[in-house]
Amino acid sequence: MKVAAHPSTSRLAPSTPKVILALLGRDVRVLRKQARVFIIRTAMQPLLLMFVFTYVFPKIGQGIGGSVRSASGFSTLLVAGVLGISIIFQGIQAVALPLVQEFGFSKEIEDRVLAPAPNWAIAVEKILSGALQACLAALIVFPIALVVPATPIHLHINFFAIVLFVPLAGLVSGALGLTIGTLVPPTQIPLIFAIIVLPITFLGAVYYPWSALSPIPWLKYLILLNPLVYINEGLRAFLTTGIVHMNTAAIIVASVAFLALLTAAGIRGFEKRIVS
Amino acid sequence: MSYVVETIELTKRYPGAAENAVDALNLGVGAGELFGLLGPNGAGKTTTTSILTTRVRPTSGQALINGVDVLASPAATKRAIGVVPQSNTLDRSLSVFENLYFHGRYFGMDAKTARFEAAFRLEQFRLAERKNVPVAALSGGMAQRLMVARAMLHYPAVLFLDEPTSGLDPQSRLALWDVLRELHSTGQTIVLTTHYMEEAEELCDRIAIMDKGRLLALGTAAALKDSIASTSRLKLTTKGSSAALAASLETIFGTDARTHIGEHSVTVDTDGVVVSMQSLLQRATDAGIELSGITVEEPSLERVFIELTGRELRD
Repeated sequence: MKVAAHPSTSRLAPSTPKVILALLGRDVRVLRKQARVFIIRTAMQPLLLMFVFTYVFPKIGQGIGGSVRSASGFSTLLVAGVLGISIIFQGIQAVALPLVQEFGFSKEIEDRVLAPAPNWAIAVEKILSGALQACLAALIVFPIALVVPATPIHLHINFFAIVLFVPLAGLVSGALGLTIGTLVPPTQIPLIFAIIVLPITFLGAVYYPWSALSPIPWLKYLILLNPLVYINEGLRAFLTTGIVHMNTAAIIVASVAFLALLTAAGIRGFEKRIVS
Repeated sequence: MSYVVETIELTKRYPGAAENAVDALNLGVGAGELFGLLGPNGAGKTTTTSILTTRVRPTSGQALINGVDVLASPAATKRAIGVVPQSNTLDRSLSVFENLYFHGRYFGMDAKTARFEAAFRLEQFRLAERKNVPVAALSGGMAQRLMVARAMLHYPAVLFLDEPTSGLDPQSRLALWDVLRELHSTGQTIVLTTHYMEEAEELCDRIAIMDKGRLLALGTAAALKDSIASTSRLKLTTKGSSAALAASLETIFGTDARTHIGEHSVTVDTDGVVVSMQSLLQRATDAGIELSGITVEEPSLERVFIELTGRELRD
């Protein structure tokens, strides 16, 4: 005896993009449920960074910023920096940390891994989800970066470029998160912060433009291995004015190259974790 | 006969392992069958299920679902299977209802259909009252039912359950058995792995006993019992001489009966000889032996299992 399936559900054969969209739908639902937590965790660090460096420091006359002569210049510099940090943090918080947990002990990934799509598609959805949250983070952080500083900010927004570049940066962040999330076992979560997050942010051209590193050539070229450098330089190029930034073509090429590399590494890591 | 689930010489050796986890396994599960995979820890049950559910790549041989090669078509396979894994894999960020709803969406249902099917399964598995609670608030039994509901949501051709009742309290276990019987009665093909004999015996049409990756026996519970332990086992205890007791029984069972003489007991495999309690008592009394107890152990799946897989402890 064979029971007939519900007519509308017989022969369910969704296309891969449709499965990816459904998985994204799940992530959006979870994000909406946790909106308050998302906003707080996203806004806090940039808020404090901007407050101390661009409000408190100028008010108390403490200098910071090196070759960027004025306090106002430093505020402008930091706009891109905090945006870049927020974007890269989403890769860690929205993709890497949940993945480490789901692979490690909660096993919640199981049901999504069994969604009727190739495994690479389920990994790609994680990148897209990270990118989406990175873009939202950028939207939350940008006004903070504009409002908090005590000194004027010099914006020159290339609207077309920024609308394309922020999602690209978000994808790089999501792919970085996927790679980290599939490589790190749950017992080593603290190491993610110590050996990945901190070096990436401190050596990511957040507090200084990349070109200002000329007096330390080894550092200047070493940090070219850091994807956050290109994100920050790109944000500088397309958002602000008055700060020397890297060649825009180099920024785009490097970002796309990092995206390809990290996506390949992330998918490979993902498949290794779920198929033995 | 065409099988819903079939393995052909299926073999898996994990990298670095000295032996095959699954070793040239040939199985076929027919449509509508409730099929049990029974074996001790390390028998290869979970590896077999994992290959059939796309999570482990076989070293050689073939695994087929609905005649389609699992390795070659993982996405088609995933559409055809529903899986209830050993551990709780519910999506803890979502409510009970949302776990079902989004599962339906992953399988291509539109929002309306997914809502309808989720509501239907909540009713079927008696979870409707808890539809909006977070899954973390469910008891073990309810979480297990929700996992079955989720696995059934997309009408899979075959439902896999990997030791579904481990760690459940007796009430929840019985409730889950009812659920599986109900699904079975509607023609659902089910593959169940377990190391509980009574579970296999109670539920399964056919049982495959596995150990060390190999198939040791296959058949209905009754056939398995007939084939290996066709005899009842009689255990007589006495405060007197067990040797004398054994001697008094020889006239009934013959000298070649499988008799084990313990310190104060005699165990006899009756080998089909029917004997009344009265005549046993009579023999003992005639021989001047006082019996302190008689137990009759009918052939059980457990005995079949132990005879096939041995007594040593598995880790």
